[in-house]
Amino acid sequence: MIKIENLKKSFGKNEVLKGISTEIKEKEVIAVIGPSGSGKSTFLRCINRLEEPTSGKITVGGTLITDKNVLKVRENLGMVFQNFNLFPHKTVLENLIYAPMNVKGVSKNKAIEKAEDLLRQVGLFEKRNEYPNRLSGGQKQRVAIARALAMNPTVMLFDEPTSALDPEMVKEVLNVMKSLAESGMTMIIVTHEMGFAREVADRVLFLEGGYLVEDAAPEVFFNSPKSDRARAFLDKVL
Amino acid sequence: MFDFSKVIPSIPYILEGIGITLQIVIFATIIGLVLGILLALCKIGSIKPLKWFAEFYTSIFRGTPLVLQLMLIYYAMPQILGFNIEPMPAAIIAFGLNSGAYISEIIRAGINAVDKGQQEAAKALGVPYSKMMKDIILPQAMKNILPSLMNEFITLNKESAIVTVIGALDIMRRAYVVGGDTFRYLEPLLIAGIIYYIMTLVLTFLGKMIEKRMRRSD
Repeated sequence: MIKIENLKKSFGKNEVLKGISTEIKEKEVIAVIGPSGSGKSTFLRCINRLEEPTSGKITVGGTLITDKNVLKVRENLGMVFQNFNLFPHKTVLENLIYAPMNVKGVSKNKAIEKAEDLLRQVGLFEKRNEYPNRLSGGQKQRVAIARALAMNPTVMLFDEPTSALDPEMVKEVLNVMKSLAESGMTMIIVTHEMGFAREVADRVLFLEGGYLVEDAAPEVFFNSPKSDRARAFLDKVL
Repeated sequence: MFDFSKVIPSIPYILEGIGITLQIVIFATIIGLVLGILLALCKIGSIKPLKWFAEFYTSIFRGTPLVLQLMLIYYAMPQILGFNIEPMPAAIIAFGLNSGAYISEIIRAGINAVDKGQQEAAKALGVPYSKMMKDIILPQAMKNILPSLMNEFITLNKESAIVTVIGALDIMRRAYVVGGDTFRYLEPLLIAGIIYYIMTLVLTFLGKMIEKRMRRSD
């Protein structure tokens, strides 16, 4: 589904990703974890080219991503941000139908139908005519997930989706993500929620200092990490 | 000290200047807005030569006196063009070009003040640049832009009084003419001042109304 070969990214002189290669299969749920500054978010953002990789190749569904086809590829890569990034001047429903109508050319009726379905799935149908600033953080993030899903993506990217939430709202967002994983969506999740990673992920990618240090099933990674760096990290967070 | 009796018959004449002043301000504003949007897009865009041009343009028009720009266009341009320019078009062109520079800065700042996450969200959804600007960024930037834009209009409305130096018959010029005719300057100039002040109050009020409307979606 997604193939990443020797991905490198520098910001000025600071090399954040130092050559990462991995492959993500269809329906796989990947948790990307690691200390802050390890390059997790940059890794994720390189996949849909919100960051331009310095070198390396990324193919999605067999298509090599280039500057030319990036808009097309992004249609298939849903993204959820830490800070939600809902459009504040549009209602919840308008947030969901904007891209399908304006990027994919879906008719308004079809877009609304799909959007309302998705809002029911995330439990926010009754909020469809509210503006985002009338919603709680957890509700905003659920809307943001629904907005990404409205484009019918084949892969969903999550960039620390619960890090900006009050603790009591984390659960509702994780539950939505969990049912999404159960429905067979391919997902790459940058997260600090170790419990969630252990329970939901098929594979854990542990990044440290710009390197992919471990790539293992969650039970292997959490119970018997191979590297000292992963052990030290887990000691701190668990 | 005050004797309005000699000036009262001339009040309608001064008031007619409102039309001239408004014409200059309205047309100059339209030119300034169009120019300002274009220059602002050049400044935030990634095409280097356009960016340099827009920045150079702004620095020239902000770095020299407006009255100089006005006189260059009215008195000096005919030397190059070979034909005369009427005072009204000269004034409109000068004020339009000048306010374009200021408005471009207002718009650029307004766009930059929109959270970067908004652009990223639009990009991640595959929205092309032009649609992202039109539907996502500019509508949000308007909230930051409108109050400063209103300020710019108010300034333009008052500053337009310097067209008097090229003889356009605006409020200011007419008050001055009446002063010359009656040998009393105090009263006509006071009347002109009151007219400008009332126009400013009306514009300020309009600006507040617009701001209130914009804030409703918050």
